[in-house]
Order: sequence, then structure tokens, then C-alpha cells
Amino acid sequence: MAEPAKTPALTLTPTTPCGAMLPLRIGTLTLSEVDPGHLTAMAPRQGGALGAALSAAHGLDLPGPGRATGTDAARAIWFGRAHVLLMGPAPDPSLAAQAALTDISDGWAVVRLEGAGAAAVLARLTPIDLRPTVFPPGQTARTEVFHMQAAITRLADDAFLIMVFRSMSQTLVHDLRTAMEGVAARAGD
Amino acid sequence: MRLARGGQIDRGQRIAFRFDGHRYEGFAGDTLASALLANDIRLVGRSFKYHRPRGILTAGSEEPNALVTLGQGAAQEPNLRATTLELAEGLAARSQNAWPSLGLDLLAINDLAAPFLSAGFYYKTFMWPRALWEKLYEPLIRRAAGLGALSGRANADRYARAFAHCDVLVIGAGPAGLMAALTAARAGADVILCDEDLRTGGRLNAEALELDGQPGADWAAGVTKDLAAMPNVRVMTRTTVTGAYDQGTYGALERASPAEAARPGAAQETFWNIVARRAILAAGALERPVAFRDNDRPGVMMAGAVRAYVNRWAVTPGQAVTVFGNNDDAHRTAADLLAAGVHVTALIDSRPDATTALDVPFYKGAQVCAAHGRKRLEAVSIATTSGIDKLRTDCLAMSGGWNPTVHLTCHMNGRPMWNPALASFTPTPGAIPGLTAAGACNGTMSTHGCLTEGARVAAEVLVDLGFKPADTTIPQAEDAPYRITPLWTVPGKGRAWLDFQNDVTVKDIKQAAQENFRSVEHMKRYTTQGMATDQGKNSNVAALAVLADATGRGIPETGTTTFRPPYAPVTIAAMGAGGQGAGFAPQRFTTSHRASIAAGAPMIEAGLWYRPSYFPKPGETTWRQSCDREVMMVRNAVGICDVSTLGKIDIKGPGAAQLLDFVYTNTFSTLPVGRVRYGLMLREDGHVMDDGTTARLGPDHFLMTTTTAAAGQVMRHLDFVHQGLRPDLDVSICSVTEHWAQCAVAGPKSRDLLNAILDAPIDDATFPFMACGPVMVQGVAGRLFRISFSGEQAYEIAVPARYGESLFKLLVGLAETMGGGAYGLEALNVLRIEKGFITHAEIHGRTTAFDIGMERMMSAKKDFIGKAAAARPGLVDPDREQLVGLKPVGAVKQLTAGAHLFDRAAEATRENDQGYVTSVGFSPTLDTFLGLAFLKQGRARHGEVVRMVDHLRGIEALCEVCDPVFFDKDGGRARG
Repeated sequence: MAEPAKTPALTLTPTTPCGAMLPLRIGTLTLSEVDPGHLTAMAPRQGGALGAALSAAHGLDLPGPGRATGTDAARAIWFGRAHVLLMGPAPDPSLAAQAALTDISDGWAVVRLEGAGAAAVLARLTPIDLRPTVFPPGQTARTEVFHMQAAITRLADDAFLIMVFRSMSQTLVHDLRTAMEGVAARAGD
Repeated sequence: MRLARGGQIDRGQRIAFRFDGHRYEGFAGDTLASALLANDIRLVGRSFKYHRPRGILTAGSEEPNALVTLGQGAAQEPNLRATTLELAEGLAARSQNAWPSLGLDLLAINDLAAPFLSAGFYYKTFMWPRALWEKLYEPLIRRAAGLGALSGRANADRYARAFAHCDVLVIGAGPAGLMAALTAARAGADVILCDEDLRTGGRLNAEALELDGQPGADWAAGVTKDLAAMPNVRVMTRTTVTGAYDQGTYGALERASPAEAARPGAAQETFWNIVARRAILAAGALERPVAFRDNDRPGVMMAGAVRAYVNRWAVTPGQAVTVFGNNDDAHRTAADLLAAGVHVTALIDSRPDATTALDVPFYKGAQVCAAHGRKRLEAVSIATTSGIDKLRTDCLAMSGGWNPTVHLTCHMNGRPMWNPALASFTPTPGAIPGLTAAGACNGTMSTHGCLTEGARVAAEVLVDLGFKPADTTIPQAEDAPYRITPLWTVPGKGRAWLDFQNDVTVKDIKQAAQENFRSVEHMKRYTTQGMATDQGKNSNVAALAVLADATGRGIPETGTTTFRPPYAPVTIAAMGAGGQGAGFAPQRFTTSHRASIAAGAPMIEAGLWYRPSYFPKPGETTWRQSCDREVMMVRNAVGICDVSTLGKIDIKGPGAAQLLDFVYTNTFSTLPVGRVRYGLMLREDGHVMDDGTTARLGPDHFLMTTTTAAAGQVMRHLDFVHQGLRPDLDVSICSVTEHWAQCAVAGPKSRDLLNAILDAPIDDATFPFMACGPVMVQGVAGRLFRISFSGEQAYEIAVPARYGESLFKLLVGLAETMGGGAYGLEALNVLRIEKGFITHAEIHGRTTAFDIGMERMMSAKKDFIGKAAAARPGLVDPDREQLVGLKPVGAVKQLTAGAHLFDRAAEATRENDQGYVTSVGFSPTLDTFLGLAFLKQGRARHGEVVRMVDHLRGIEALCEVCDPVFFDKDGGRARG
């Protein structure tokens, strides 16, 4: 006979997409999970003025295609055609009149790859041109990380923000780890 | 033999290695080939077809003979060229294609059978009897002829892929490439300089030439150091550019240095995709042999290779070397050998007007007509105007001239042009858009000419790209004209070899011509000339000349075969790096994955997702036991299933309802807020694309649910419809699949369970069947939908994914206290079959709304995608196969998916096919197998008995055709 099941504690506890898999440190490179705060997909309404509202509410410039604005506290990242991602703060209610706002805070695994050779790591996984002249800090792309669709934003010369669907976090960490180990082996660390 | 002085080797660093089990020593800087020659090893391999003893022919990647195998077990790598293998401590190489050993190869009997193995022999010999080909001939040939072998096991070594971008890609780092790279780099362009060798310099490393008064190799090292220090330059040695592709994309294979390869985590090789705005091909030239009798004996080598061994590695390939050529370049070989203190037996020049100032026995207007010796060269015969002389010699350095390395320019179907002055082919300008050839690969043969042309071509490219080229000083270097008189073959008896790797002789080419394989492409395939891994780098031009001669045409009229990527062999492991095993595709895990694994659930792949198949309990030994229990648990108590993998698409805006009316067959604009409706979506061609429920969360806010399999397809479809067909609609479409973790809570006790966790309880009045709305779950904002894929009273509850794992555990824990628990995909499938609900097993892309009995869902009041096409007579033909249910009624009680249906009395043949089974499952509720199937005129045949035949599994069963809804036909259980 099975034991009578116990009533579980009635509480919900959160987990993060990458959990115990991160952080990683390999050679000069670190890979860490980012708590992005709120992630809000903003799709400008026809005839709306999202730029002004975003600037007034959050002090952020509306990014054009391939661009990201703001800082770690609050970012606006171009997120594909007709979409801008607000990262950090909860969206100010005033934005709703200018854009369709969709909460996707839990939909993405967000990691930060940092250190000398970070671009060389990504060059093993993404086909986009990462030369500093072409993809400087503030540049973003919806592209591929190996087999996954991803969003990559350059934060600094040697720091990138990488996002993939939450369900793929394990593959993301695996692929980045493999590339980091390859780059570290090349550097001779 | 190693020379006492010179060479670009580090004599202070001895390296031990093994060849065929014997231990030898070399120096840092050696290749396996130079180290073998330094140890006086001449015989290094057996040929492909005749198992003839072969030695090292060249000093580069064009090597046809000296192929070896490295590594043991899974990491075994065959067909590596000894001439490009860097010597590293502990390297252990094995010769190939010999049995039982390299010295005593019993398969050399093939050589005696040569008269029977000539060109086209496969085609002629093995035509009859046909049945013997697969069973006897092919296995025999494969065993006897061939190269090295793989282990057949998965290789655990790492390989990598990578991408690079630049303004100017320079291919080859000889004098032309170095000058081109330097010129481009100084102008500020982003430059990638690739060379297949482990050091830059190209022929400068192999020749005793000076640039600006310093050794050529030193000049190259100096320039390379300058280049490497510039931030806009990437020097990639050990990197072979293997292919030219569309839009300035080049493939390149980089080998890790032995030091890097030994580090943990290192990639052995990296396959690069290089995207360049412009490319400069400075690939140099390859020396070609002269065909004479037994010119394949170990010890017969290319003259340029002999110079390379002497100058770069301080190794003489022989004690008494004979030099034979048809051009001035060959004379350098004699000079370099003399300077190194090596005895030169004779210098033989086929040109009657040749002269030399060297103090060596000199034969002009003479030709080497035969090589003697078997496993090593012992002597050569020389045909002079006065007769045949025989000279004792242990190495022959031969040169039939140089072939520009035009290979990459052919990769997009360009054909090179014949250049009579060079007696070879040069690239056709523009053959690869954006690529310009410079230096020897362009037919410029002097060192000074190469340097100048490299700088000039780079300057042109720079101007084209908008850079301002700086003035470049060209170093002083030799500028001797290239003088050559063609000599392809030396007449005489016996076999004269052209393609060493595929064992093709002059006679084979002539025979092909005689048998009317006169087109160069036919000759190639008939003789296999140039079809080995080296693509005939040494031999194609000479073979062409022989064909031209045999057919009485000139070489340009005869044409040329082309070269395809890759320029040099590329391991599949490098091209497919990262894609082995589970790396083939990303893995998508639900938030409940760990909890399901902990419960012992086997996983099943649904697209990229992993979903639990069933949750075994102690004592259950088969999946059916677990599945049956889980089904009854849902029917009698409550079951929990993670359904997060279903696509969830958030649709917002004033145009949202209109968009839905346009993509669904039925109407959504009439759906009240707080309600859910089932919808059917067609493709433009009128077939069913997907089905699912859509909830109205607000006046301008809908949430669409798709099947797991079609989530991406539906998202793409909506984007297409919005952007392409209805851009007028003010609507936004956003995938929220991953934001929400969603669980089905199904069974008569589902509401009781939910009320244990919801902050505010629900009841049937406020939350009837097909209701939806926001809920609070232990303080977390979630969503609740009263929908049912099981036919029971059921809900789907969603919370942000961060709480997904916790919610699943909580629900399962509570369910277990109520006689329920988690259920997997197997039970989910049985539950929906009992209710006749469809999945993509039924809407598999070739079925219509009519076929599945949902034609009434196609609204007559509005237009929608697929409406017109779905009305075509063929798609509403009553004779079409229609969805039915099946129940076994004969002695055999098992049904199988994929089986076909036949009339009871008809023979089970294709012509009599009446339909097919799409889904089956054993229903513990009804204690019978149930099936869903498509049957011709099926809806009119309920009650009829048909025969199910599964030809693959050998199963036959009699079934009664019935309504696809087997259980609770009026749906009362779901409504509560």
C-alpha cells in the first residue's frame, strides 16, 4: 500500500531560468545570469507616440532597428519588427495608450557574457558581424546562437547580453560553455 | 638524412614520434614528412588500386601518396597528409592500405593484374552477373582498394564552427599575399590573412632567395610580425580556405596547433565561415610531375619539394640526387643541393637549348625515361640523342613546370583560361565576384613580380572599397623570367603515372580516348583521373595534355575539368561541429521537467520539447499499467498535466477580433470577454493548419492557443497575414508561450483541488464551461481557463514561468491526496481518443474541415483564409476519406496506427485501400482498443465491419466503424 500523501505547503516559490548552472568562470571569461526585472514587449500602436511617452516615463530613447538604449537599470532594446523590449522597470501605465504592452518577463533566459575574448566566444555561435566598428556597444540583433533564435546586445567592448527562450536555457549554457572552453584553450589559459 | 646546418627547425628541441610502431626523432618545426625523410624513410604508403609502394612526392597539401592514419579507437583519423602534419611529441602515425604490412603488402598482387584493371575496368568487368555486384564484387573491391578507415565509433574530440568578417580576405601568405595584406592593413582595412601552412612565407620558406638582402623566410616573418601587431589584422595560419561561396562567403578549415589541441576543451579543428567584402587569391602554384616509366617510385619527388626539404627542414631526400626538368626553375634545385653539400648526380634538362653554369654533369635535350628500384629509387635511365644512359641515384627531383593554383576561382563554375607561355591555366578574372588573383596563382612567376602584383591588386581593391592606399615599397627580389618548354610525358614502354592517388597512367587516358571517351568530363569519369581526395592537383593539366594529344586537339579546345569545394579535404566533424548527438537541435524543457524526471517519468520528444510519457508507480512494470491508471485517475478523481508546450499567442489591439475572424474558419468577434472558443484554422489551400482555443481576455485582447507542434508555424502565419494581407489592422502579435507555465487540472475533483490553492474560490455559476479569467494563486497573479481535452470537468491554470515548477509540485501533491496525480502524454492521448478529439495525427496537412467532420465550423457569413480553396469540389467530395472511430470486433483486439483499412472481403492491396488508422489507444474506461481513422465515405459507414491490415507489423483485425466520439457523447462531464 502506498503511504498516504502529505498535503504540500501552499506556497509558490520562484526559480530562475538558469538556476544553479550559472555563474561560470572559464579563463578570462564569465557567464552569469541576469535578473532583468520586468520584460515588456512594446508594440507601437498605429499613430501612437511611443518615443515621447517612453522618454517622459522612463527617460529612455526609443531605439531604432538594431539599437539598444539605457543602462543596467532600464533599457529599451529593439526586439524585431514593430517591437521594442522594455527591460528593468514595470511599464508606466501611460505607455499603454501608445503601445500594446505584453508582459514576457518570465519568457526569456537572460545571461551576460563578459571578459577578454567574449566576442570570440560569440563568433563560434552566431553568424552576425561582431567587429566593434559594425556592432559597437548599444547595438543589438535578433539572430541565432547556434541553433537557437536569440537576441544579442553589446553592452561594452567585452560584454554581451544574450537572451533565448527560457526553455532553452540548458542548451544555451551548454553551447556557451563549449565555446568559452574552446576560446580559453586557444588563449592557453 | 638531416643536414648539419640550416633550416627553420629548432635543433634544441627533439621530438620523439612513431611511424608504424617504430620510434624516431625529429625536431620542432618538422612535419611528419620531413622527419621521415630525415630518418631515411622512403616507403610511406601503398597506392589506392595497385598497392604500389609509394614515397613522399611533395612538401604541401597537394601530397597524393604520403597519407597516414593518426590516433586510436574513436579518435582515429585517416588520410592525413604527412607533408602537412606538424610533428608533436608522442605523435604515432600508421601507414594505410597495406596488408599485412607496408613492406610486405600481399595485395600488391593487384599490380601484376594491372592489364586487367585498366581504365573502365569496373564498368566492363562487373556488368554480369548483376546479382554478384552487391554481394561479391563491391565488397571485394572496397577491401582491396581504398584509403584509411574510420573507427566506426562516435568521436569524442571537439570541433568548432566559427564566423569572421573582414574588408579584405587574403588567401595565401606567400610574397604576393603578404604584400597584399600589408598594403590593405596599412590603409586601415580589416584584413584576414589565411595560410594553410603553420607559418607564413609560402615558397619563401622553401627557397634560398633573398629579399632586400635578407633571407626570404626572415622577411616574411618580419612582415607577419608587423601585421599581427595591427589591431585590424587577423593572421590565421594552419587555415586552409576550402571554398568560395555566394556573396563573399568563404569556407576555411583551421587546425589547432599541437599545443592548443592538447588542452582540455580545445577544438581540434575549426570550420570558419568568413564573409569578406573583397578577397585576394594569392594561393601560389603547384609543381607538376613528368610522366615516365615508373615515375611513382619512392625517391622520385617534385624538384620544388626537394628544395623545400633542403632549405626549410635541412633534410636531403637522397645522398645522390638527380635533377630533371623542362624549365629554369629546376636548375635552382641543383644549385641549392650543391650549396647544402649534397652530391648532385646530374642535371637533366629536356630543352635542347638549355644552359647551366653549375658544376654538375649536365644533359640538355635529354629526358629521364625510366625509374628503377621498387621500394626505393636505385637508378634512372636517361634518353639522350646518343642512346640510353643509366645513372645510379637515390632521389630524382623532377619538374614539369608549375600550375597556378586556380582552384577557388572554379568554385562558382568559372573556367580558367589556357596560357601558352606558362603551358598552364590561369584564372578568368571575375570568376568569383569580389575575388582577384595575384602572384603565381595568376601566372606571375618571379618573386619580384609576385610582390609587386600583391601590392598592386590590394591597392585596386582598397580604392574600390573607399580606402586610400598608402605608398608601398616593394622589396628587392629575384625577377627571373619563367622559361619553360612543355614536356608532359616521356615516350616508352611500361606504365607512366599521372594521378598518383587514383593510380591513373598515360595509357589509361589514351585508352579512354580510343574507346571514345574523348570529352574531358567523360575521360575523367572513365579513368577516375583527378577524382581522388587531392582532386588531381598534381596531374590534371598533364592528363589533359595527354588527352589533347590522343584526340588530335589543342589543349584549349580540349577544355578542362573544374574544381569543386573543398580545396583540401575537410572533416565532417568540423563542418558539423557541435551538432553531434544531442547537439543536433536545442532541447526545450518545461519548468516541471526536473519534477517529472524525479518522479521517474520517461521523456518523449515533441518537436524540440521534452514531455513526460507517463509517471510509473511502484509495482508498475509496463507503460500500459501506468497509462491505464492515469486515465482512470482523470476519469474518477483528478489528474495534473503540464501543457506549457502549447503555443500561446497574445493578440492585442482594436483590430484583434478582425484578424482572428480572418484566420479562423469560425467567428471570434462575437466571443464575450471572459469566454473561450474552439477555433479551426486553414491554410490558404483549404486544408487544416491547426486547431486550438482562443480566449477573450479583454475587448481588444485575445490569447490564442496552438498545438505544440504548430506553434511556430501559426506564429509565422499570423505575422504573414498581418504584415502581408491585413496591414491595415491595428494589432500586435506576441508569443507568450514561454512566459506562462500552464497545467491542466482534469477530473471530477478538479474544482475542489483548485479551490484549495486559489485565493478566491470558484464555482460553476461564476466559472462555467469555456469561461476564463484572471485568478490569484497564493498571491501570484495567474490565469484560469475552463477547457477540457479529456472530456472531464477540467481547467488549465497558468502562472508566470518562474512559479511553474512550484505550481506543478503543488498541484500534483494536492492531487495525490485526492486519489489523483500527474499524468503523461500517453494518458492524455488515450483520454482524447476516447473523446474523439483530434491532434496533428489527424490534421496532418492533407485533411480538410470536411474530412474531420467540422465543415459546419466554416462560417458562411464572412471570408477567411482557405475558404475559397476549401470549397473546391475535390475537397468536399463525399468519396473522400472521412474521420471515423474504430473498435475491434474480431478475435484480434489490437489496433495499430498506420495500418490501412480494406473491405472485409477484399484483398489487402494498394488498389483496394479504403483508408488508414491515425491514432490508437487502449481505453481502460471502455475496456477496449479504440482507433481514429480516415475511411472513404466513412460517416455513412458507421456500423459496418472493415478489415484493418498492418502490413509492416503483420497485424490484422476486424473493426466496427463508429462515431469518433466513444465516451460521453453529449459532453455532460465537461460541463460539470
